[in-house]
Amino acid sequence: MSGAYRDAGPWRILWRRLQRNPQAMAGLAIVVGLAVVAVLHPWLAPYDPAGVNVRQILQPPGADHWLGTDELGRDVFSRLVYGAPISLLVGFVAVGISVAIGTVLGCTAGYYGGWWDSLVMRLVDLLQAIPTFFLILAAIAFLKPSIWLIMVIIGLTGWMGVCRMVRAEVLSLRDREFVMAARVQGAGDMRILLRHLLPNAIVPVLVSATLGIAGAILVESSLSFLGLGVQPPQPSWGNMLAQARDNLAGGWWNTVFPGAAIFVTVLGYNLLGEGLRDALDPKISDR
Amino acid sequence: MTRAEPLLQIENLQVSFFLPGVEVPAVRGLDLVVGAGETVGLVGESGCGKSVTALSVLGLVGDPGRVKAGSIRLGGRELVGLAPRELRAVRGRQVGMVFQEPMTSLNPVFTVGYQLAEALTTHFDLSRQEVRDRCVGLLREVGIPAPEDRLGAYPAQLSGGLRQRVMIAMAVACRPRLLLADEPTTALDVTIQAQIMGLLARLRRELGMAVLLITHDLGLVAQNVGRVVVMYAGHAVEEAATADLFAEPLHPYTRGLLGSIPGAPGTRPGDRLRAIPGNVPHPTRVPSGCPFRDRCDLAVDACADTLPELEPKRPGHRARCLRVDRRV
Repeated sequence: MSGAYRDAGPWRILWRRLQRNPQAMAGLAIVVGLAVVAVLHPWLAPYDPAGVNVRQILQPPGADHWLGTDELGRDVFSRLVYGAPISLLVGFVAVGISVAIGTVLGCTAGYYGGWWDSLVMRLVDLLQAIPTFFLILAAIAFLKPSIWLIMVIIGLTGWMGVCRMVRAEVLSLRDREFVMAARVQGAGDMRILLRHLLPNAIVPVLVSATLGIAGAILVESSLSFLGLGVQPPQPSWGNMLAQARDNLAGGWWNTVFPGAAIFVTVLGYNLLGEGLRDALDPKISDR
Repeated sequence: MTRAEPLLQIENLQVSFFLPGVEVPAVRGLDLVVGAGETVGLVGESGCGKSVTALSVLGLVGDPGRVKAGSIRLGGRELVGLAPRELRAVRGRQVGMVFQEPMTSLNPVFTVGYQLAEALTTHFDLSRQEVRDRCVGLLREVGIPAPEDRLGAYPAQLSGGLRQRVMIAMAVACRPRLLLADEPTTALDVTIQAQIMGLLARLRRELGMAVLLITHDLGLVAQNVGRVVVMYAGHAVEEAATADLFAEPLHPYTRGLLGSIPGAPGTRPGDRLRAIPGNVPHPTRVPSGCPFRDRCDLAVDACADTLPELEPKRPGHRARCLRVDRRV
C-alpha cells in the first residue's frame, strides 16, 4: 500500500509515455547500445585500432575483418569501436558545458530580471547572430586542435538555446503560488531557485540536451573530416571519413561504415529527443 | 483589554505600489493588534489591502510594492526593515501562512512528504528519521487519513480539501506563534470549509497559536473569530468583538455590508437586499477625508475635510466615522 501513489510522479509519467512511442524506444535502444559499446570498447575491438598491417591493405569485409581494412591495413570495425567513446565524450562534455552555462544564466536572468536579464539576453542575441561553425573553425585555426578544445568551444557556443528556454520557464514559474508558499516558509533565493524552479524547468532542458548531443557529435565529425578535429592516429568517425576520401573507388567500406555510425548515432539521439519532447507535450492525454 | 505585550502590533502601516509615474497606496495607515493565542478577523472587499497587510508582516510585499511607513512588531521585535536573512528566520518559524489556492500552492513535481520535510528542515536540523516521524505526525494532526501513505503522494493526487490540509500542516510545521490565513477556505466547498475552519480552531487551541483570518466572508468571521477589524480602501474603519460588531455595527460601511446579507437583522423575508451604492474607489482615486463618504447615506460636508480617527464609540468598539450616532 505504501507504493500506492508512486506511479504518478512526473518521471514515471514521462517514462510511461515514452514506452508507448516505438520511435523513441528505438532511439533509446541505439543510445544505450552506443553507451555500452563506448564503455566496453577495449574488449569489443578484435584488433588494435592503430595496428598497421601492410599485408592486409584495403581488405573488403570478410571473416577476418568484419568491416574490412583501410589503406594502412587497420581494422575498420576496431577503429569504429574506438571512435564511439570519443564521439560520445565530445557530445556529453560539450552539451554538459552548454547546459551548465545556459541553465545558470537562464535561471538567474529569469529570476532576478532587471539589468542582468537584459545583459544575458543581449549576449544570447549577439552569439546567435554569429554562425557557430565558422566561429569554431576560426578559433581552432588560431589554437592547436585537440579534442578538449573542440568540446569546450562547442559547449561555449551552444548554450544560448538552453538559456532562452530555462529563462522562459523560470519566468512563468517565478510568480506561481507554490513559490510564494516556499518563500512564506522562509526559503531563500537559492533554495527557491534550486529546489523549486529548476526541478520544474529541468525536463525541457533534458530534451534540448538530448538533441544537443546529436548536434555536437555532428559538429565534431565535420571538424574531424576537415582535419581540424580529432587528430590521427586517434580514430574518430569524422577523420576516418576524411582518410577514406582518397580511396572512394577502392574501398567503399571505409566511407560507408563510419558514415553509417555517425548517421545512426545522430538518428538515435534525435529520435529519443523528439520522443521526450512529445512525452512532455501536455496536449497529449495520458491515460 | 490591556495586554502587557501583544504578539503582533501593527502601527500606522502604509504600503504603496510604485508604478511608473504613480504611487498606488494599498494600505494607508493601519493599526492592528493580535494578542497571543487570539483569533482576529480582517475583513474587507477585494483590493482593500488585507492581503497586502499579511504579506507586509512577512516582509514579502513584492516589487514594485514597498512598506512606506509604520511599524510591525512581533513579540516586541520590529520586523520592518529587518535584514533578509533575519526575515527568513521569522517566516515559517514564527509566522506561518496559508493561502487561498490549495490547487497551486504546492509544487507539482514533489511529493507531499518532500515538501513537508522542506518546511521543517528550513528551520530545524533534524535526522532523516525525525523528519519522517514529524511529517507523519503533522499529517495526522491536520486530519489526513493514512498519513504514512500520503507522504508519497503528489499534489495532483489529492483533493482540494486534502491539499489545504497539507498547506496547513506545512504552515504549522515549525509551531509558529502566529498563523496568517488568507482566505483559507474561499476555494473550497462549503462542507470542506467548515472542516478546515474547525481544524484551524483546534490547532489554535492545541498549539496556543494566534490566527489572523483574512476574508471577505462575514459569515466565516461570525462563527470563527473573537474580534474583527473591518478594512475599507486601505484603512481600518471599525474594530470590535465579533458579537458587538454583529449586534451593533457602527460604521456605515459595516452596516452596509451586514445589511446586504440575506436575513440580516432588521430585515424581513421578501425584502429587497440592500446594496451599498457605488463601487470601491480605485486606490489612486480615494476621496479626501473619509474614504467612504461618496457612498455613504450619512455623509455631510465635514466628512470631506479630515479623515476621522479610529476612536472608541462604545466600550471596546472603535469606528472611524463622524456620524456614528446618526441614523437614516
